Amino acid sequence: MSVELNSKAPAGPLSDKWQNYKADVKLVNPNNKRKFKVIVVGTGLAGASAAATLAELGYQVDAFTFHDSPRRAHSIAAQGGINAAKNYQGDGDSVHRLFYDTIKGGDFRARESNVHRLAEVSVNIIDQMVAQGVPFAREYGGLLDNRSFGGAQVSRTFYARGQTGQQLLLGAYQQLARQIGLGGVRLFNRTELVDVVTIEGRAAGIVVRDLMTGEITSHSAHAVVLATGGYGNVFFLSTNAMACNVTAAWRAHRKGAYFANPCYTQIHPTCIPQSDEFQSKLTLMSESLRNDGRVWVPKNPDETRPVDQIPEEDRDYYLERLYPSYGNLAPRDISSRAAKRAVDRGQGVGPLKNGVYLDFSDAINRLGKNVVEERYGNLFEMYERIAGENPYDVPMRMYPASHYTMGGLWVDYELMTTIPGLYAAGEANFSDHGANRLGASALMQGLADGYFVLPYTIGNYLAPMLNKPVPGTDHPEFKAAESAARERFTGYLNVKGTRSPDWFHREVGKIIWDYCGMERTQQGLEKALSELPALYDEFKKDLRVTGDGESLNQTLEKAGRVDDFFQLGMLMCRDALDRNESCGGHFRAEYQTDEGEALRDDDKFCHVAAWEWTGDPMSAKRNVEELNYETVHLATRSYK
Amino acid sequence: MSNHLKDITLKIWRQSGPNDGGHFETYKVDEISDEASFLEMLDYLNERLINEGNEAIVFDHDCREGICGTCSLMINGQAHGPERATATCQLHMRKFQSGDSITIEPWRAKAFPIVKDLMVDRSAFDRIIESGGFITAPTGGAPDANLIPIPKPVADAAMDSAECIGCGACVAACPNGAANLFTSAKIAHLNLLPQGQAERYKRVEAMVETMDEYFGSCTNHGECEAACPKEISIDVIALANSDYRKAKIKNRKQLARN
Repeated sequence: MSVELNSKAPAGPLSDKWQNYKADVKLVNPNNKRKFKVIVVGTGLAGASAAATLAELGYQVDAFTFHDSPRRAHSIAAQGGINAAKNYQGDGDSVHRLFYDTIKGGDFRARESNVHRLAEVSVNIIDQMVAQGVPFAREYGGLLDNRSFGGAQVSRTFYARGQTGQQLLLGAYQQLARQIGLGGVRLFNRTELVDVVTIEGRAAGIVVRDLMTGEITSHSAHAVVLATGGYGNVFFLSTNAMACNVTAAWRAHRKGAYFANPCYTQIHPTCIPQSDEFQSKLTLMSESLRNDGRVWVPKNPDETRPVDQIPEEDRDYYLERLYPSYGNLAPRDISSRAAKRAVDRGQGVGPLKNGVYLDFSDAINRLGKNVVEERYGNLFEMYERIAGENPYDVPMRMYPASHYTMGGLWVDYELMTTIPGLYAAGEANFSDHGANRLGASALMQGLADGYFVLPYTIGNYLAPMLNKPVPGTDHPEFKAAESAARERFTGYLNVKGTRSPDWFHREVGKIIWDYCGMERTQQGLEKALSELPALYDEFKKDLRVTGDGESLNQTLEKAGRVDDFFQLGMLMCRDALDRNESCGGHFRAEYQTDEGEALRDDDKFCHVAAWEWTGDPMSAKRNVEELNYETVHLATRSYK
Repeated sequence: MSNHLKDITLKIWRQSGPNDGGHFETYKVDEISDEASFLEMLDYLNERLINEGNEAIVFDHDCREGICGTCSLMINGQAHGPERATATCQLHMRKFQSGDSITIEPWRAKAFPIVKDLMVDRSAFDRIIESGGFITAPTGGAPDANLIPIPKPVADAAMDSAECIGCGACVAACPNGAANLFTSAKIAHLNLLPQGQAERYKRVEAMVETMDEYFGSCTNHGECEAACPKEISIDVIALANSDYRKAKIKNRKQLARN
């Protein structure tokens, strides 16, 4: 039987919940904050902003990153922008509208209270980042510029050229660096989490591996925050950075944190198509390109004329045709599936016929090349560098790729997982995006969690623990976790099989992409669930890791991450199989409308599936949190 | 369609740890698609090395989109290789030819000690930022974002400097191993903006002096600008020098008043 999970959403009308929470929250006296120690794992937007803010408040903070510097976190690669309900353009935006758009974009599978809070604090994020010196784009009068972004009918997106993620991350990194310089944060770089430790049911600390020396050590604290990103690399080919992984979240899951909605993964519609078998990752081109680019494919699958000689009447601008009111700005899941259908029909373009065109010739004629260059210059250069074609002359070629994962550790309103004292922030949690994330919302959520939510909610947990010492790392739970980790890493070295971790990663990724990617079926998922355990057995018997465990060894690091991807992959497929409906990024071919759109089943599946570890992902237990919509009326998404 | 390059010879620096002497080793890559990126070629070689039972070559890399600044590599003596304004991860094999011999080394700079093979330790950059590369704006008290209008040219100039990815190519390319481009890019970004004025002179002094603890001195070779994957102009160094000079004068006046 499943357990009903309590979201701990505060009482009162939706728009008052966060105010009410803050009014009632337990506080820690400023002089007492230094008596508490908090561990923050991950130093991307959510982790860096949380660590910096907690240190400013006076808590002792230990921050961990596997990178050489916090500035490398993958938040840096976000291009397009960050949403905020500032309504600077006077075009009818409001907190309520941003809240509603996010809920609707998530296909009515997110928790109302969390999403409303996100929309409320979005305005503070912009103020905060501008105060830190983030050079957002501006109008000639000196005020901030905005643009509209996929899935929105107002201009609420703030941006810094095509490098918004970079500028926001560097802002948060600089604030963290200031605290490191002041001694408020101790930073452990090139250090990877390998286990989470609980004592008497509460989070007590973490076990880490020093990537330079292989040494495994324990660190304890009063509370632990995981801000360790998403698991999109389970697909092997994705737009995530090479080192992105699920290990921290997965290790927490194995220690009792429920993993929610793992099947909610987002496929981004505009990525450069795969070009050959050596490809290590896919490159995303900002969705903002769809503001001015028009998506089309030739009507005739056997089209052979060069692209500039295909007349208008032989082109199918399929997004404009199918979704007249949103056109090329239709949400990501809808645009992605439409591209897949075009390619599946044989209308794909490019040497491998695996893409669709994104054409700027109209925009160049309408606005002039200068304006297009001003808006997208660096993206065009990036495209040319990778694809070897100049998008001012030839349309870009695009195809969807795995990009973001809405699923993650289950958290309540306070961002606490099912382990007391263990928090998850940013992409690592499941909370705000439901079954599909809108563009320019990931940066917003990461910073909201780190700057404006965790600093309040952690205090509420810590306050009653005043003068309780930090657990000792000599506690048997820490010692047991350390030896298990040592055993695990020695184990990878001792298999001495024939296949590299990358080989296994590619194979597991292919299974997940084929059967748990853009379109899923019962039959396919069952096939994946029979193939994955067999491949995982092979991994355990035939893995080859060269080098040793006492010095820097990237092959060994990779082996640990692939191990966790295997287990997560099985859980993803189980989650996708049990969710007998289509919603957002989870599209089950059996559940679609006559027009081929996602068909939800609100009677049976208007809930969060939160999986509980039982010793094997194949036998994980499915718990639910019912989603009660008090304000929003459940509607069928229509972007026509 | 993609073409294939044949018979590539790679001379790669191998060094088992910070205290090892290190040496070049030669590897042959018989065939590689010209669509492959430079790092994908190294992935391919590493997979072969593992299959042969050898240790993979260690190199830093992550986003492979030219933005995280993790990748490095001196390729035929050039930081990030032959293509202008391009980080190693965005360099593609179509820039090379069949039969080429390519020498691959780690960043060469005293302030960036070698960790292993092609990986170096760039944490001296973090020390510079920690000393002053920020605007003190604790979370919570910020005024409305549109309260201070910033002229577009000022915001654009700040953004030009803020694009630095912290890769270290400027240091690796500099005959003096100086970090003036990196340091000045951050100084320019923050000192140009109205929000950065309160700490303007304190910032430049702290950052320049921390930089001097680790790195060599700038003698205006301009190699840094040529190597920078983000094409950051050495004009920022002039701005930082000017602010540093002013800071010293201002702070002396301050002392006299005290």
